[in-house]
Amino acid sequence: MNNSAVISLKQIKKIYDMGGAEEVQALRGVSLDIHKNEYVAIMGPSGSGKSTLMNIIGCLDTPTSGLYEFNGINVSEMNDNQLAKIRNKEIGFVFQTFNLLARSNALHNVELPLIYAGVSSTDRKRLAHEALDHVGLGDRVHHKPNELSGGQRQRVAVARALVNKPSILLADEPTGNLDTKTGDEIMVLFEELHSEGNTIILVTHEEYIAEHAHRIIRLRDGMIEVDEMVNNRKRVLA
Amino acid sequence: MYFLFEIKEGLRIALRAIRANKMRSVLTTLGIVIGIVSVTLMATAIEGVDRAFEKSASAFGSKVLYVQKFPWMRHDDWFKYRNRRDIKLEYVEQISHQATMVDAIAPSVMTMKDARFGSRTMLGGFVTGTNYQYQEASGTIIEDGRFFSQEESDGGRPVCVIGANVAETLFPAIDPIDQVIKVGGFPYKVLAVLEKQGGLFGTFTADNRIFVPINSFMNQFGSRRDVLISARVAPGVDIEEAKEELRGIMRKLRHLAPGKEDDFNINEQEMLTQVFGAITVVIAAIGFFITGLSLFVGGIGIMNIMYVSVTERTKEIGIRKAIGARRRTILFQFLVEAALICLIGGIIGLMIAYPLSLIADQILPTAMPISVVAIALFVSLFVGVVSGFLPAYKASKLDPVDALRYE
Repeated sequence: MNNSAVISLKQIKKIYDMGGAEEVQALRGVSLDIHKNEYVAIMGPSGSGKSTLMNIIGCLDTPTSGLYEFNGINVSEMNDNQLAKIRNKEIGFVFQTFNLLARSNALHNVELPLIYAGVSSTDRKRLAHEALDHVGLGDRVHHKPNELSGGQRQRVAVARALVNKPSILLADEPTGNLDTKTGDEIMVLFEELHSEGNTIILVTHEEYIAEHAHRIIRLRDGMIEVDEMVNNRKRVLA
Repeated sequence: MYFLFEIKEGLRIALRAIRANKMRSVLTTLGIVIGIVSVTLMATAIEGVDRAFEKSASAFGSKVLYVQKFPWMRHDDWFKYRNRRDIKLEYVEQISHQATMVDAIAPSVMTMKDARFGSRTMLGGFVTGTNYQYQEASGTIIEDGRFFSQEESDGGRPVCVIGANVAETLFPAIDPIDQVIKVGGFPYKVLAVLEKQGGLFGTFTADNRIFVPINSFMNQFGSRRDVLISARVAPGVDIEEAKEELRGIMRKLRHLAPGKEDDFNINEQEMLTQVFGAITVVIAAIGFFITGLSLFVGGIGIMNIMYVSVTERTKEIGIRKAIGARRRTILFQFLVEAALICLIGGIIGLMIAYPLSLIADQILPTAMPISVVAIALFVSLFVGVVSGFLPAYKASKLDPVDALRYE
């Protein structure tokens, strides 16, 4: 079972040194496995450590102690460049605030991970177009973020996250800045992506959103409180 | 291959950032523009002074020795030299008999007289009395006509050869050759006009001179007891050896006992060149230091604005890192931006400096050498990279989590 895990955390601890003798234990030993094509929601109140956990899973940060294996590779001791490569190829981020480059059009935003992956210009254009088509923005490629609606911006972000065909899609409150209707549209998109075989990790504090997932992991005070499968999955259909 | 991607992407980002902050970019670039303008103009001016000197120095001829009471480069008391015995006209004859290493020898004596042709007057022309060998012995070049012959010279005929300025002043419209001018009231037929020398030394050059046979000079303008003797070193002879020979002859002529100090000097162009070379090095060092400071200040401006830019774009850096930009990529991005701003500044600077150098050309014979253009571009690129490095390094070291959280 462990061998097929995309993400495997063992006793992950993250301690922030606040200077002097003071330190904050953001994660106090988290262990979990996430397998291919799982749809997992990570929940918890603020201060529960869910952001820290997301940063570690997303290879934006490294744990103070514990073992983190990504596709069987130990990433807990990787250096910055190696982490950058993992982020580039294996992880697709979707943020609450979209985090698109404001001065670049949709196409260039989606191209960016391909640039860092060293893909040639013609392939880049083609793949970026495909990814934008996939999220239903094939006709908006030359629009800049400020010329797009919130939902469209988040779709661009999803296209950018998927363009390098990552192992996981890591979404941090992806509907947090959207109205309910647009948020639902994004959840439909996630549903589709999941059914196409993508592994999705969703960080949220909204029960309503989390219920789209197959599995919910609830954090409290830096520990996993509950790790449960969702029986009555909420399905949104377009 | 990846490196090329980085350059291309870096340039793209840089251009976009520069365009997005036009006013800021212009102001930032201004420092570099001013720096490059001043440095290139300085280089051009020094080049011009060098050229002007070379041209001027050539008036003295590189293989000509000058026997005089005074050394060109004086180290001690002027009275010591003034009280020396005069250099006599007879020496010319005697030297030309004894010397084997010089092939032309000419005396010169000088006075200031007005020259007149018709209604036109040249005030204070330098009338120089010399012999027929003067042209060879001094290396002057005739533009038109011929120098006076030995017969005309020995016979003290009323003929003259005039410098370019004299010709321009007296004969603005007609050909001076065979015209008779009045020099200090005496008629002289113009045989030739000399090529214009120009240069830094003004009156030293032949441009303002009127050459007449020395015998005529002595008769009309009063005899001079102290003359300057110029001697051209024969082809293939080492200038130092010729100088030694000349010195020996002079000591004999002046009956100097062995061990006694020379009471004359043998000067050569080399002495001027050496001293001038030392002066230009000092001028260049000071000049480049001062103009370099303006470039330095420009560099600080770039550094400052790059820090602002990095802070402003912290979020962007976070996003780029989150989707896989490496430290080096970010470092490179900001370095390229700083270098590009500076390079654009350098190009604008050159575009301003070039017409200014053409104006400078009116005063000094100069032109902006291509090496200066290349160096200016290189220097501006260098300033960009150096001043961009710290901000770029700061950007590359940003923690992606913190950077993403930055608002």
